[in-house]
Amino acid sequence: MNGPVVLDRRRVLAGSGALIVSFTLSDAFGQDQNAPSATPAPKPPGSLATTPFLDSWIRVDADGGVTAFTGKAELGQGFKTAFQQIAAEELDISFQSLKVVTADTARTANEGFTAGSNSVHLSGTAIQNAAAQVRALLVAEAARRLDLPAENLRTENGAVIAPDGRRFGYGDLVASDMLHVQAQPTSKLKDPATFKVMGQPVARVDIPAKVTGGAAYVQDMRLPGMVHARVVRPPSYGAQLTECDVSAVEKLPGVVKVVRDGNFLAVVAKKEFQTIKAMAALSAAAKWKEMPRLPNQHDLGRVLTSLPSQDKTILQQSDPSVTGQKTLDASYTRPYQAHGSIGPSCAVAQSIDGVMTVWTHTQGVYPDRQAIAEMLGMPPANVRCIHVEGSGCYGHNGADDAAADAALIARELPGVPIRVQWMREQEHAWEPFGPAMVTRLKASLDGNGAIADWNFEVWSNTHSMRPGGAGAMLAAQHMSKAFAAPAPKPLPLPEGGGDRNAIPIYKFPNAHVVHHFIPAMPVRISALRSLGAYHNVFSTESFMDELAKVAGADPVEFRLRHLDDPRGREVIQKAAQGFGWQKGQKAPRNRGYGFGFARYKNLAAYCAVASEVEVNGETGQPRLVRAVAAVDSGQVVNPDGLINQIEGAILQSMSWTLYEAVTFDDTRITSIDWQTYPILRFNSVPDIIDVHILNRPGQPFLGSGETGQGPAAASIANAIANATGKRLRDLPLTRKKIKDAIDA
Amino acid sequence: MPRTAGRMTRARVFGSVLAALAGVGVAAVFAISWRPAIPAIDPPAPQTFDATLMKRGRVLAAIGNCASCHTVRGAPDYAGGLPVATPFGTIYSTNITPDAESGLGRWSEIAFRRAMRAGVDRAGQHLYPTFPYDHFTNVTDEDDRALYAYLMTRQPVHAMARENQLSFPLDQRFVIAGWKLLFLRPGTYQPDTARSEEWNRGAYLVEGLAHCGACHTPRNALGAERATAQFAGGDVDNWHAYAINAQSPAPVPWTADALFGYLREGWHPEHGVARGPMAEVVRNLSSVPDTDIRAIVAYMASVFGAPTPDRKRRGEEVLGQVNSTPAQVESSDAAGAAIYAAACATCHEAKRPLPYGGVNLALSTAMSGPDARNAANVVLAGLRALEGEPSPIMPGFASSMNDAQIAALLNYLRSRFSNQPTWTGVEKIVEEARRTQTVALQNSRRPDHAPADSSQRDKP
Amino acid sequence: MMTLKVNGRDHQIDADPDTPLLYVLRDDLELNAAKFGCGLGQCGACAVIVDGKAVLSCVTPLLLFQDKEVTTLEGLGSIETPAPIQRAFMEEQAAQCGYCIAGMMMQAQALLQRNPKPTDEEIRAAMEPNLCRCGTHMRILRAVHRAAHLMQTADASTVQRSGR
Ligand code: FES
Ligand code: FES
Repeated sequence: MNGPVVLDRRRVLAGSGALIVSFTLSDAFGQDQNAPSATPAPKPPGSLATTPFLDSWIRVDADGGVTAFTGKAELGQGFKTAFQQIAAEELDISFQSLKVVTADTARTANEGFTAGSNSVHLSGTAIQNAAAQVRALLVAEAARRLDLPAENLRTENGAVIAPDGRRFGYGDLVASDMLHVQAQPTSKLKDPATFKVMGQPVARVDIPAKVTGGAAYVQDMRLPGMVHARVVRPPSYGAQLTECDVSAVEKLPGVVKVVRDGNFLAVVAKKEFQTIKAMAALSAAAKWKEMPRLPNQHDLGRVLTSLPSQDKTILQQSDPSVTGQKTLDASYTRPYQAHGSIGPSCAVAQSIDGVMTVWTHTQGVYPDRQAIAEMLGMPPANVRCIHVEGSGCYGHNGADDAAADAALIARELPGVPIRVQWMREQEHAWEPFGPAMVTRLKASLDGNGAIADWNFEVWSNTHSMRPGGAGAMLAAQHMSKAFAAPAPKPLPLPEGGGDRNAIPIYKFPNAHVVHHFIPAMPVRISALRSLGAYHNVFSTESFMDELAKVAGADPVEFRLRHLDDPRGREVIQKAAQGFGWQKGQKAPRNRGYGFGFARYKNLAAYCAVASEVEVNGETGQPRLVRAVAAVDSGQVVNPDGLINQIEGAILQSMSWTLYEAVTFDDTRITSIDWQTYPILRFNSVPDIIDVHILNRPGQPFLGSGETGQGPAAASIANAIANATGKRLRDLPLTRKKIKDAIDA
Repeated sequence: MPRTAGRMTRARVFGSVLAALAGVGVAAVFAISWRPAIPAIDPPAPQTFDATLMKRGRVLAAIGNCASCHTVRGAPDYAGGLPVATPFGTIYSTNITPDAESGLGRWSEIAFRRAMRAGVDRAGQHLYPTFPYDHFTNVTDEDDRALYAYLMTRQPVHAMARENQLSFPLDQRFVIAGWKLLFLRPGTYQPDTARSEEWNRGAYLVEGLAHCGACHTPRNALGAERATAQFAGGDVDNWHAYAINAQSPAPVPWTADALFGYLREGWHPEHGVARGPMAEVVRNLSSVPDTDIRAIVAYMASVFGAPTPDRKRRGEEVLGQVNSTPAQVESSDAAGAAIYAAACATCHEAKRPLPYGGVNLALSTAMSGPDARNAANVVLAGLRALEGEPSPIMPGFASSMNDAQIAALLNYLRSRFSNQPTWTGVEKIVEEARRTQTVALQNSRRPDHAPADSSQRDKP
Repeated sequence: MMTLKVNGRDHQIDADPDTPLLYVLRDDLELNAAKFGCGLGQCGACAVIVDGKAVLSCVTPLLLFQDKEVTTLEGLGSIETPAPIQRAFMEEQAAQCGYCIAGMMMQAQALLQRNPKPTDEEIRAAMEPNLCRCGTHMRILRAVHRAAHLMQTADASTVQRSGR
């Protein structure tokens, strides 16, 4: 138990310590991906701009082994495989002969958070360019040794080859710090037409272990001497621990320690189930003073619009020559919704000789390190955060909080590895939810049935309370030397937070978009997959259908009427065509067709979804029968991975849209398990989901992990309206609401 | 899919029916068994029905639980075809959508009303009393009209009726005429002027459309409700429908408020969560206005009456126990006690409020009921989640406990949580419950014994 | 001390008899496949096979396993010699985060053992206790169909060896 112990799976990678030599990290940037990235001076692309040294991204060992490093984390999206494809392609080595190391503060670049569908776009671009430049350096070195022009040499399978057949393996060519050079602004990338690995449906590297019971998750870590911990969370936000007699708990079998620090309460025991029993006893012994301070969950629309807000006009354009004749308005609402990871958050931490190592499924190892260091009053250099996969998170769930829990407990038991896993109820009650939102839309149609003016207002909290400091984490908020939660800030455009995708992609002569940013956060919230785009696209695309109906236009044709962007148009047409969409076509009785489209953040992947929904006329039960999506995410790296992401996005969005709402009374969160927070089960899975990819070889990668959420929601809502003739605007569109609308 | 075979042996039934018919006199039976056909009509267009009438019909259909019998899981609503196992064989429910050929499309309102009143179809055929016209005969003209309007505006579905599986002579419809002679008491409901309007409304619904007695009243050898034992508990789909009169086995006596809450929400803190066929009833009632539920409750309160001082005291005792720390009861059944402590108590003693916490079993009627069947059903199958709606979930233990383990558990539960004499033949009951559930599981997309969910049935 | 038969081997287990099987598998036997998802019998992440039937190990105490035989995903096959169900999930790339997948595979395996040719409806019905948050359902369904096919075409002896 001396010295850092590395998880088995990683040991393979870590074993060759030489890998890390001359590895340079730049800490200056990378924290805030939302900062405007427009730069006058030419900078290398993607995350190379902030971490410019090539050997931060690509290492070539003397034995020819090649490793690619990414500061991004594998969250189940298959990045690791995609990065491996990208690096193998540009380096001209076989896919199998390459390894990828993901986020670790001791080994990889600081790429901030793995979020916003930015990973392939930022990290993949960096790896691609770094790999191309590394290959160029290796070729140049070979040219020097052979005394031949570089143009005469080619690369193949990890070697540089001369026309006469002489060859140098990459390992032979690499010298000590040859790759420790800053990246050039531009690289000579391969011609997409010659791609061998990229664009191919490569089997994901992480799947074999996952389907055979290998150690694949932080939950599966077992370090020598490891003990288990469970936290007893307060019963509600802001509850104060008034008394807690721990003496009986301390005597329970296996109990190692009860940790109490202010309102932070945890118990450590040798075996996991002993810990759980002790946790139950500790929970029973703890007395809390609670404060009723939650809003009325049945009136969120009014609650949100009456909280103080900072209002900002984010789009204002006018053309007085165009005026509307028929005006329509509508308001849409969305409740708080949960990430609901299937595996509750977990972390392992160990403090050895003043160095705290935390294995975590966080989305940001560097920000997490910063926050944990601040919480523990340690220099960040003495904290190491290593990303290990967890259950899919879909944004900022309890991962960082669990990491903080583990670190705080590990400090109390130096040397001992501590594994903390949350209970289901804790995950459901304490994770930061996706914020509730309200939108109000108003638009007018001109005499030709085109939209003359468009007004869009959105009310929302911020959509990210990720650790910027200790105060973002529950443990730090609850300890006696409590850290206050940081002041929430709106996320800046063009990506935006609550206003993400609030600005329409369609062209309207007059348009006015206002973002009402609400600083007060009665319910703990943070980033949930696609942030505000889910609701804004749901609202925009629902309203487009409402307007199309008034204009007497076909929904697909109506969208095309207002869209110039050629890639967007193509995506819409592709989805419509794949679905068999026909103008004016009526669905069979009790069924409806719906369409939804968006370009995520107006700058990432394009996605259109057409769906067919059946609504039971007696019970109101909706069922997505089939969905057809088209997506353009630029150059495709792994088509099967992309399809998997889009399928998942549609199903998850369907679950949000039809079923999901966090519930609470005036004091406590009451949706604390799968009984009270129902999600999609197999009996509601559609018959078919088809995903069509519009590949754009040579075009930049466009993030696609979140692009499906909004369009899927809108297309389902539109299909329900088409099936029932009733428009529902208050998410989720539950069976009960549909039945009430039909019966009305 | 078959709801499950009844317990009465077929031979005995044949014997009894024939004997009864002999007593009535064959000639008399023939005399009453002939009914004229009512002329077919052209299917009326849905728009010809008054919308308010149709809406009232919707509520009435929910009270009548019509969808439960006339819809097969996974098939269109009201298209019929649900097999109903009776001691006389399997009878399939009919298509009551307005399809012209296979449904009610060509039925006039008069024909519909005759079916409700007299159990005769449009063509003049006698209907088997699995269609509870012995109750529906009480429904008023006005309500029949509303029901008719509702059904005739449903989506027409072409689905021919399936042949009933009955053997001679029970497949002869004249036999039914004899049955009617004995057991059908026609006439619409006569209000009791000494009682309140609400009470009368409740009585009208309970005795008529809601046909509560169809499950909760025991039946005689001929399958008719025993008039002398009204609401004394009956059997349905391998569940026991508890006595809901003064003999109710509920540990805490029912009150009007408790019943209202239970029918409204599907659970009550002093009684637990509705399950089995009752779950479906409660779910259907969810779209029925409070006033009708209150009326039903007002009438039922007079049926079960005020508890005897003894029952009242016992109920208070139970509530007292539940709220204090659980007493360690001596039990001869250590195995059952251990299973309970490890597998059940974590939820059932967690004090999480209903419906998402397990009910304290001292409050569960299943523990004090006459036999172990309901408890066995729940232990085996648990409670399954409703699609997309908050709903209690309990894992079933069919795969992890064998019959002996479940029997040990149930015997322990009985001794610990009720003051009733021990159950007999528990292991056999468990074995049978497992067998019938397996049949149900193999034949349906979802187990019949989950909280029934009519909304699940629209699945292809 | 209790003897527990897992994946064909007897193990001496030193845990309280009320310990749910899940913790015995993960903690005492260091098996990874069965996952903690809810501990409440609501999600299926912890599913294993006991005497041929899928059981939620998080709500099933050790004391119920006397004389029973437990199979976990590890007992079906390995990376080197995957069982048909494992091959099928790999071939269909039926995972996103994969956390739910082990439970899905055990639920499916139990179904295929008792019903080698299930219809799509039967598969959906059997998988109903299992939740997936990533939305991998379409692929899971395809993988189960594929596994059924693989099991039928596979050499019987292979199935025997890898399939319990
Ligand atoms: S962990 Fe066992 S069912 Fe969820
Ligand atoms: S693949 Fe992530 S939960 Fe199923």
